[in-house]
Amino acid sequence: MKVAYWPGCVSRGFTPELHGSMAQVAPLLDIELIELDRANCCGAGVIAEHNQELADTLNARTFAMAQQTDGELMMNICSTCQGAQSECQERLDANAVYRERVNDSLSASGLHYEQGIVNKNFLWVLVEDIGLKKLRKLVKQPLTNLRVGPFYGCYIIRPAARVGIDEEHPRSTYLAQVIDALGGSVIDYAGSHKCCGFPIITMNKTASLKQAGRHLGDAIDADADCLVTPCPLCHLNLDLQQPLAAAVVGRSLGMPVLHLPQLVGLALGLSPKELGMGRHIVKPKTVIDWSESVVAGV
Amino acid sequence: MAKFKLRLRRYDPESGEAPYWDEHTIELEPHRSVLEGILQAKGRFDGSIGIRCSCRAAICGSCGVRINGEPGLACHTHLDEALARGDGKVIEVEPMGNMPVIKDLIVDMDAVHWKKIQSVTPWLLGREPVPEREYLVDREAMVDVTQSMACIQCGACVSDCLAMEVDPEFTGPAALAKSYRFVGDPRDDEHYERLKHLAEDPSGMYTCTHCFKCVDACPKGVNPMGQIMRLRRLAGSDYEIEDRNNGYRHEHAFVENIRRNGLLHEADLLPDSYGGKFHPNAVPELIASLPIVLRGLLRRKITPAKALLHPHKASKDLRALFDQIEEQPKRYELNLYVSGDDKDNEPLAGASEGSSR
Repeated sequence: MKVAYWPGCVSRGFTPELHGSMAQVAPLLDIELIELDRANCCGAGVIAEHNQELADTLNARTFAMAQQTDGELMMNICSTCQGAQSECQERLDANAVYRERVNDSLSASGLHYEQGIVNKNFLWVLVEDIGLKKLRKLVKQPLTNLRVGPFYGCYIIRPAARVGIDEEHPRSTYLAQVIDALGGSVIDYAGSHKCCGFPIITMNKTASLKQAGRHLGDAIDADADCLVTPCPLCHLNLDLQQPLAAAVVGRSLGMPVLHLPQLVGLALGLSPKELGMGRHIVKPKTVIDWSESVVAGV
Repeated sequence: MAKFKLRLRRYDPESGEAPYWDEHTIELEPHRSVLEGILQAKGRFDGSIGIRCSCRAAICGSCGVRINGEPGLACHTHLDEALARGDGKVIEVEPMGNMPVIKDLIVDMDAVHWKKIQSVTPWLLGREPVPEREYLVDREAMVDVTQSMACIQCGACVSDCLAMEVDPEFTGPAALAKSYRFVGDPRDDEHYERLKHLAEDPSGMYTCTHCFKCVDACPKGVNPMGQIMRLRRLAGSDYEIEDRNNGYRHEHAFVENIRRNGLLHEADLLPDSYGGKFHPNAVPELIASLPIVLRGLLRRKITPAKALLHPHKASKDLRALFDQIEEQPKRYELNLYVSGDDKDNEPLAGASEGSSR
């Protein structure tokens, strides 16, 4: 399938291994990525809390660019982009007069947003468009004995109505379903659906790091080998800031955190090195050891 | 009639015993409420079960609990719906979170919830001179604040607040929504003072993490987080309140970063959120981050070129959008609570004709 691909900012900034691993994994899943390289930051909710119309217009600009491609849908690899863009789309799609107002602003750029774009995180595409049945068939290196804790990121699971969670689309369970389809063991721990704390890192640092530190500690207590997240901003607080979080919660952590495409890539036969795992602040030693033992066993 | 297994969290702090689970099988029609189930267990099996309730019609806000992990009103949750939330076998009912338990399912609302509500001066500080008759205000402004007025003080949002879990001092969703009820009210005379207080409080409006928990928790559609974002827009954009928690600086640094670069340039955002690389507040923060920056450099997560140079620049059309929208004399904000959805506003088929009698 062909998708208009919005990688977001952080995947090309402080988590370059996310963008890199998505590029490696896409062809293995038969996804053709049409990268929206002229599109802009989603605003991460911060621009919306400064000026809502500005955030809506910026995201309408990205949606309009996606609609100019021949992709079946627009795909992102960031929970925060998903949430921030869904919020703007809700307003744009609800009110025709407002949509006209925003489109007037975009007209100078030769862009126009048509109501009803389908914008999905890679996680949703995996489950809903590729399908777990097909994913299971593509697995070359099942994640047997790898104990993986899901970490969703708030923006992709709440508010439930806006992010399209219903009986047919239990999106708050998809990460567990994917881990299972890849052959891994799903670890149930207290923090899987909670907040990583990143949005308040500059405003209330202790509270922010306490959130990250507690979830990492809970995952350790539940015996997880690693966490996996579809959100690079969660990755910043859980991995990049992990040494500071450990100091705040007063315990040693050392919990590896993988990006979703890295976990998928691992099961599809790619090596931790190819997936950029050497770039993490917390070296994913358990995952590398697991991968080496599997390769040695073949 | 159907049978339901209720598993209730029991705890009596005065007993010195640890909390425990207590199971009872009740018989009711599936559309009856979890509250009726609890009251049946209390009436038939154990009169000592502690539950607070009054109206049984989702208006008094007394029976807030956690049902199969989700917050809500026991009187407003059907038994079959509650069952479907869990494993389909049992309905687990626990007291709300973030508040101390008085007994079983009853929490101490005074110790947390009401204390926070009191802290935001929850009454109108009327604009002077007080008119002889009524204040005249825009209809839309009053419709806007009716959303936060719909709050029934049940505490469900407080129970689920993830920021309060790590910072018990946080003003919290219910009290912040209450504050917006007055900040958004054109008759109130102290908008600036209220905003200033909430911005300067180290655990005030800028401690909200955008987790949307309160939005989903609220049984009345108050959208507390939406009200908090309104408070921030007013404080940061309209009143330009420069607070000591970096809320204002972070917001402005972020917007300027995107205006300049189109995409977020993280290496600039952190120091700029503290007031710029050489700002006295930024220096200790940057020093604290040094070990991480060094490790990032070693692992090639961060490259010096990427951190120092700006690999991308915002295109002209993007900057023009920023200028055009930011330079409008008044910020425009679509409020779906006021305007409704186009679908809601469509006239009903045939409504305009044939029904005049």
